[in-house]
Amino acid sequence: MKSAVIKNKTSHEVKGITGAEAVIRCLLAEGVDLVFGYPGGAIMPIYDELYKFQDQLHHVLTRHEQGAAHMAQGFARTSGKVGVAMATSGPGATNLVTGIADAQIDSTPMVCITGQVASHLLGTDAFQETDIIGISTPVTKWNCQITKASDIPSMLAKAFYIARSGRPGPVLIDITKDAQFETFDFQYEPCQGIRSYQPQTKIDPTAIAEAASLINAAQKPLIVWGQGVILGQAEEEFKAFVEKTQIPAAWTILGLSALPTSHPQNMGMVGMHGNYAPNLLTNECDLLIAVGMRFDDRVTGDLGTYAKQAKIIHLEIDPAEINKNVPVDLAVLGNCKSSLQQLLPLVSKKDLSPWYQRFEALKATEINKVINNDLYPTKPGLTMGEAIKVINKHSGGDAIIVTDVGQHQMVACRYAEFNQSKSNVTSGGLGTMGFALPAAIGAKMGAPNREVVAIIGDGGYQMTIQELGTIFQQQLAVKIVVLNNEFLGMVRQWQQLFFDKRYASTEMINPDFIKIAEAYRIPAKKVQNRTELDTAVGEMISCQGPYFLEVCVEKEDNVFPMIPSGASVSDIRLE
Amino acid sequence: MEPTTYTISIYTENNVGLLNRISAIFLKRHINVESLTTSPSEIENVFRFVIVVKMKQENIARVVKQIEKQIDVIRAYYHTDTETIFQESALYKIKSEALFEERHIQNIIKKSQANIVTVSPEFFVIEKTGFREETEKLYEDLRPYGLLQFVRSGRISVSKAKMGISEILNTFKTKNNEEKSS
Repeated sequence: MKSAVIKNKTSHEVKGITGAEAVIRCLLAEGVDLVFGYPGGAIMPIYDELYKFQDQLHHVLTRHEQGAAHMAQGFARTSGKVGVAMATSGPGATNLVTGIADAQIDSTPMVCITGQVASHLLGTDAFQETDIIGISTPVTKWNCQITKASDIPSMLAKAFYIARSGRPGPVLIDITKDAQFETFDFQYEPCQGIRSYQPQTKIDPTAIAEAASLINAAQKPLIVWGQGVILGQAEEEFKAFVEKTQIPAAWTILGLSALPTSHPQNMGMVGMHGNYAPNLLTNECDLLIAVGMRFDDRVTGDLGTYAKQAKIIHLEIDPAEINKNVPVDLAVLGNCKSSLQQLLPLVSKKDLSPWYQRFEALKATEINKVINNDLYPTKPGLTMGEAIKVINKHSGGDAIIVTDVGQHQMVACRYAEFNQSKSNVTSGGLGTMGFALPAAIGAKMGAPNREVVAIIGDGGYQMTIQELGTIFQQQLAVKIVVLNNEFLGMVRQWQQLFFDKRYASTEMINPDFIKIAEAYRIPAKKVQNRTELDTAVGEMISCQGPYFLEVCVEKEDNVFPMIPSGASVSDIRLE
Repeated sequence: MEPTTYTISIYTENNVGLLNRISAIFLKRHINVESLTTSPSEIENVFRFVIVVKMKQENIARVVKQIEKQIDVIRAYYHTDTETIFQESALYKIKSEALFEERHIQNIIKKSQANIVTVSPEFFVIEKTGFREETEKLYEDLRPYGLLQFVRSGRISVSKAKMGISEILNTFKTKNNEEKSS
């Protein structure tokens, strides 16, 4: 290695190295051993160093930069660490943007490093020059451009600190090519704090006391939790709180898996395709306890009729989320891990059986009207729900389920069973089709000892299908299930319900997915009949390497329950 | 409810991309910025934005929280007109002939308590600092004599209430030192 003098015998202080080498040393100092990316002209010096450091830092060559971003997201979601994606300038950088926007809205810690044209070419419309700082500003937690090698250590330290602290999010660092070549004396110190950014709020004891008295006085309380429980590593505290208070709890799509599916107080999902009982009872409860969630419009429906009868407590780390969509009676600002810890000794158990009976009755209605048809269909055509049911049977609820966007996503989230946290990886806020296949790759690399099953629709699958190449090259045991209804199913469902069945551009003429998988030497099977499903899923789960399973499902099934867009949670439809 | 005029004061680090970040917050919500000025503040290496917007009361707090959420923003405040002392400056460029030929113009200048910044054989420049109505009145008064150029600055404003930025920065310093020594 060319770096000559090593002071203190640590890798955190090295004399006379290039900016490019400094980038690698910063990543190593931050504990990064895996990056996802795609090389190109403006980032070649960094790739040259990746070559030299390949024994310490594994680079996953993706088939598209969007894939790199989603892989970094999947990795972050299952490992709890910061995901790292790299791309060159211009199109390389812009291809990352969808993944960055997805990470921003879903609070995923990610650092993206992009190459940029040499600083003397900035602003000249040089080859592969884009203003990626300008482009990524609205979708990053923070971003910055580096034009001097000596700025690399402090800026990368700041990037990792910002990405992972407080409400996590994506950070983009753009490094000009001359800064990558420039040599300087390297020294690395992790970022300890930024004076204009105070992510850790001290929990207000008055708010805690008030929250406890509201909770203890409630007769019909309801907890709605979100991803904050997972991001705050508060699963234990949350479970203890739920069990001590005996309050029924429902989840937003990103909160899924923080509390096991089988937990008796787990009342299912809220929102547009959530469960009947927690949606309806949102408008019947006397106290709504929102934990680490942000009242997204897909959760609340019409705000004018959302939980108006209830007092609302909001446990939230991001001050900007308080009163953003739903005015709350009490905000408890801070990490929900600490808030819940402090609440726990102050709350008491209460007999809520009449309230639970309301849940049971509505659940029975949903089972009768929706769930039985989904899981135990009497029609000959396969349903998405029964495919998920069979996956549950073979995974035992231990698999990480990665979903794309659309009908299959709603069905999978409704029916997949989870025993442990960080097991549900999906594109929630942005609704990014094409997310699942690359995210599953990242998810598997973030949790290599766990089973990872990607459940994808035939539409979204084809948006990033080229990442089969990455699975093949990395020899990753990702299990892929395409639920093929030969339609962009969710859009078709809306066309059926709200556009008089005018199926504008939603029917898909699909290729032979089996042949495509086989071309990448991934074992593949197609299931068209109910009788073949169980064996095929069993074979997939027991397969040591990657596996592709196509399940041909009913073409025009709809996902219910459904709260029509803009309607009240009380207007939830069962058919 | 009718929109109110709010003055948003933002204390920030000196960061090139920050103006873009802040303006994106307004753009995303279709909020028209009435005026925007940036300048150094009373604290070394801390900058201050003063932004004037017309907004509904229920939205202003949300927008200011979004601004404060930006990493390089130290603190953001919003105030109504009665809670601040504010001024604007305007410059008026007029042909020099007018000053000497039209006696009336001298009265206008005197009455308005405006200052003559420069006089040359071709033109002279008047400066007026005050409330919007005052600079506007002077504009109307001078217009008949032929304004060559007119320009008005954004609002600059100080709050009546204390902002306490130094205290915030000191707290950070102490907290950080404690963390380092522990």
